[in-house]
Amino acid sequence: MTATATADPALAADALRERRFFLSLSLPALFIVGLAAVLPILWIIRQSFLTTGGEYTFSNYEKVLSSGLTWSALVTTLELSLATLAICILLGTPLALALASARPRVANLLMAFVMLPLWTSILVRTYGWLVLLRRDGLINAALTGSGLTAEPLPLVYNFTGTLIGMVHYMLPLFLLPVYAAMRDIDANLIRASSSMGASLGQVIRRVILPLSAGGIFSGSTIVFIYTIGFFITPAVLGGGKVNPLSTRIERTLSTFQDWGSASVLGILLLVVMAMIGMMFLAARRLLTRNGAAHA
Amino acid sequence: MLEAYPDNRLFRIFLWGFSVLVMAFLMLPTLVVVPLSFSASNLLEFPPRAYSLRWYETFFGSATWMTALRTSLILGTLTAVVAVPLGLLACISINRLGGKAAILIQGILLTPSIVPGILLAIGLFFVLAAQRLVGTLFGVLVGHVVLAIPVACIVLLPALARFDWNQVQAARSLGANWARAIGGIIVPQLQISLLSATLMAFLTSLDESVISIFVASGQNSTLPKLMFLSLRDQIDPTIAAISTLWTVIVVAVVLIVSLRQKS
Repeated sequence: MTATATADPALAADALRERRFFLSLSLPALFIVGLAAVLPILWIIRQSFLTTGGEYTFSNYEKVLSSGLTWSALVTTLELSLATLAICILLGTPLALALASARPRVANLLMAFVMLPLWTSILVRTYGWLVLLRRDGLINAALTGSGLTAEPLPLVYNFTGTLIGMVHYMLPLFLLPVYAAMRDIDANLIRASSSMGASLGQVIRRVILPLSAGGIFSGSTIVFIYTIGFFITPAVLGGGKVNPLSTRIERTLSTFQDWGSASVLGILLLVVMAMIGMMFLAARRLLTRNGAAHA
Repeated sequence: MLEAYPDNRLFRIFLWGFSVLVMAFLMLPTLVVVPLSFSASNLLEFPPRAYSLRWYETFFGSATWMTALRTSLILGTLTAVVAVPLGLLACISINRLGGKAAILIQGILLTPSIVPGILLAIGLFFVLAAQRLVGTLFGVLVGHVVLAIPVACIVLLPALARFDWNQVQAARSLGANWARAIGGIIVPQLQISLLSATLMAFLTSLDESVISIFVASGQNSTLPKLMFLSLRDQIDPTIAAISTLWTVIVVAVVLIVSLRQKS
């Protein structure tokens, strides 16, 4: 199509017209994204500079950035994300290794089960965890019943409960890229290293993990991007005691009706996300450069 | 993969033992809700001492829950009806343009799924408040549509990549206009992918909670919003009944989609 376009000016004009037409096909979708995603973000920026009376001001920024609550919310946000990521790596990598080593049919079946939580509503899962983790819930009943602990453990309405809920949400999403990367590893590499005397530990450390680093990295990026703005899990399982930026935004908006401060917090969330995103991009560039050097 | 290493028995036993525990962790909260929903008691006792359907009766007998269910179903349907055609057109555009333009369009369409839901929610709330549209179905609908478009595109883009574009060119050269070419040739051939995209868009809306929590209210409160509010106040087995129904429906839809795509 493009090869003939240069030959004849009439055809070239035709090709241009066709290109314009194809471009116009995406306009309705782009328009609605502009209306319901871009405009709202711009509005948050505008709102952050407005007083309740509608005059322009910097006072929202002064108020929010000088408040200790903001900084403790930021710390909680990062703590939750980092802890979720660490646990996902610890639980997800061995599981991915097991699934990648299973026979394809078994692996597919198990993957379907692993993906089940991904298909159930976040509220259903949060409710399930409430039932399990409450003071008189299943886990505490099992623990005190078996005599492992004398008193019920405080498992929910705190940081622990929030973390459990977030790991549960993120683990399948982390697992997908890691599993895909491990599946692609050539078994001959493992045969080769074992025949040359590598121990199993060495094979895992020196062959499997480096070759799945790309997948682990993608999984980690996904975990970070999602957890940084997570709202439902901390709002329900945190019981008001765990307040990352997301729940602070909600409270500022709903309880205090302070639109300006809520907007500043929203921008802070966006800035933190962008900074972490850039760190991940830079890290990936390093990773691929090293990978290329090895290959 | 590990089977390529000789003498790995002990390690494999250990690895699988660990993996079974992690898989149990993943399934537990979804499964624990099911027996609870059939409990006869007010308390969340496990296993229930007696079984009944009373929590299902409570759910189907409650005007509030039924209004929310209706809203969610209408919203899901509208979302699919709007998002899938828009997604299809955008995907044709991405498929035909290629190069930088395609990457740019794809990037813009994906933005809403990367931006934290809470930001979209409060931003949309501000915009709608300025137009006095907070609490209307329209407000939640546009929010759900932008989230459903990328989901529809994930299904439709690979299907379009397999589609033979020469057929459209043939139809065009024989005098069909674009509407006829798209409606008469592309749509029938992508039938199965379009059905999958529709179901996925429907599920995206049904499952969405954060935008609903901020933007929907009163008569237009969705099921997830109501569930969220009641989870904060008290936990009652009605939610277990809703959760069970929900999971059954979602699993059924996912099974239909995956079986259809295989055939």
